[in-house]
Amino acid sequence: MKNQNLYNYIISIADNSLILAQRLGELCGHGPTLETDIAGTNISLDLIGQTRNYYQYAAKIQGEGKTEDDLAFLRLEREYKNVLLVEQPNDHFGYVMGRQYLFDVFHLLFMTEMLNSKDETLAAIAKKGIKEVSYHKRFSGDWIKRLGDGTEESNAKMQEAIDDLWVYTDELFDITEADAAMISEGIGVDTSKFKELYYTEILALLTEANLTIPESKYFTRGGKKGIHSEHMGYILSDLQYMQRTYPNMEW
Amino acid sequence: MSNEQIKNLEEIFEARIARDEKIEPKDWMPEKYRKTHIRQMSQHAHSEIIGMLPEGNWITRAPSLRRKAALLAKVQDEAGHGLYLYSACETLGVSRDELYEQLHTGKAKYSSIFNYPTVTWADMGAIGWLVDGAAIINQVPLCNTSFGPYARAMVRVCKEESFHQRQGFEIMLKLCNGTQEQKDMAQDALNRWWWPSLMMLGPTDAESIHTEQSMKWKLKRKSNDDLRQQFIDQTVPQAELLGLTIPDPDLKWNDEKGVYDFGEIDWDEFWQVVKGHGPCNKKRMKDRVSAWDNGKWVRDAAMAHAEKKEAKKLKEAI
Repeated sequence: MKNQNLYNYIISIADNSLILAQRLGELCGHGPTLETDIAGTNISLDLIGQTRNYYQYAAKIQGEGKTEDDLAFLRLEREYKNVLLVEQPNDHFGYVMGRQYLFDVFHLLFMTEMLNSKDETLAAIAKKGIKEVSYHKRFSGDWIKRLGDGTEESNAKMQEAIDDLWVYTDELFDITEADAAMISEGIGVDTSKFKELYYTEILALLTEANLTIPESKYFTRGGKKGIHSEHMGYILSDLQYMQRTYPNMEW
Repeated sequence: MSNEQIKNLEEIFEARIARDEKIEPKDWMPEKYRKTHIRQMSQHAHSEIIGMLPEGNWITRAPSLRRKAALLAKVQDEAGHGLYLYSACETLGVSRDELYEQLHTGKAKYSSIFNYPTVTWADMGAIGWLVDGAAIINQVPLCNTSFGPYARAMVRVCKEESFHQRQGFEIMLKLCNGTQEQKDMAQDALNRWWWPSLMMLGPTDAESIHTEQSMKWKLKRKSNDDLRQQFIDQTVPQAELLGLTIPDPDLKWNDEKGVYDFGEIDWDEFWQVVKGHGPCNKKRMKDRVSAWDNGKWVRDAAMAHAEKKEAKKLKEAI
């Protein structure tokens, strides 16, 4: 493939949105209020929309006549390049909002930078996505504040989620070979530019929410290289169930 | 208020309904009217909320991204319908929490159809096509019902339901134009959902306890049996278009009456499911109750946070 790096780059961004959307999709009808169910589906829908744009573009670049669904459903686990953060389970609502917020802050900074990409398709996806992701961040950030500040129990639960999810934040800023190549061509986003901003913004919100940042400096990584957590196989069993059971059919 | 005064008010009230005027929440209304509306609207709202579960069951396994997005949007619409309908109930002085309590304790009912399992992807098609199709037949007349908030909510609900029905039919069409396995999957879904869909239009007129009063208040415009006949007459040609066979050996066109004759409905099954012994009654209720119980700390936190914020604002103002 001529544009292998571009293809790999798009896939890794798309997979973040796909797997997070999939996790949110598990929750529909099971949330604490009707309003949070509606908001959760909304976010999931936005992410699926972004995913489709990315995969359609990646399929075009690949030039093998594959479709968005081939890319979304028919790869091996190792070929999914999402960060570990987005595949973490919905243990309780604090985890759902914690995962969302830790990703949303990154996602919005990322999209804002991607607006300047030399690749017009990526810039266009960013333009549309920024509005969506700003809403996601406002929603998850507001919930972190409510849960952190609300009751003793909610504070403890929110802190528990932040403590557990924190180890996955550093991976968001890992630069793979494809990332580096795309950054040097002015297509990819140089995430190192806003790493400090990411942590500053999160610290400010967590402090406002009476929460603390874990002191540990140890981080877990692997998703961007295709080495996932134990959860991933189960996510893919659901995601790929129909396509694997009934191959080569139109739905 | 004397009995005579109440009688007068009742006469004025019935005359307004007869003139097709809308009754609004602050208008005087007989207690029975208020209670009947709370019962019917909340039952409808509960059906939307419980209905999210069997379809939600396929969101993570939808076969394509396009179908996944459409299914998510559909389930989201159902949550939205629940929201309007609970709000319409609130205009009559009952809170959403009280209504949930009635649902969770089994005091309030919801549409029995959602106590059947969704076991294949084709069930997403069959539910849209048949269940939403039957729901529309039930609901379109409610756009002109006498209680204003209900009528207005139903206008929006019906628009979305009709979109869902087309979407469901389109899922079926795709399956029926697909491989033999896909056609079999579609036929199997029709076999399982056909009779419960007919039951969804309610017991026969002879057994229906609410019909007469509801007709007067325009909460109902046609009897259950008439609605069922309308649903069958409308759906049979659609099944033919799909190339599927309705699982009723007695189904045949009656030239004289200009409608389809159909076989005996298994009302024992209907009552079994209504009374809580269907394949998924317990699971649906368990899922709802655990969502509610597990969410308590979240709702408590939101309330506590809002109170703290309010207190802070007040303190700053002083």
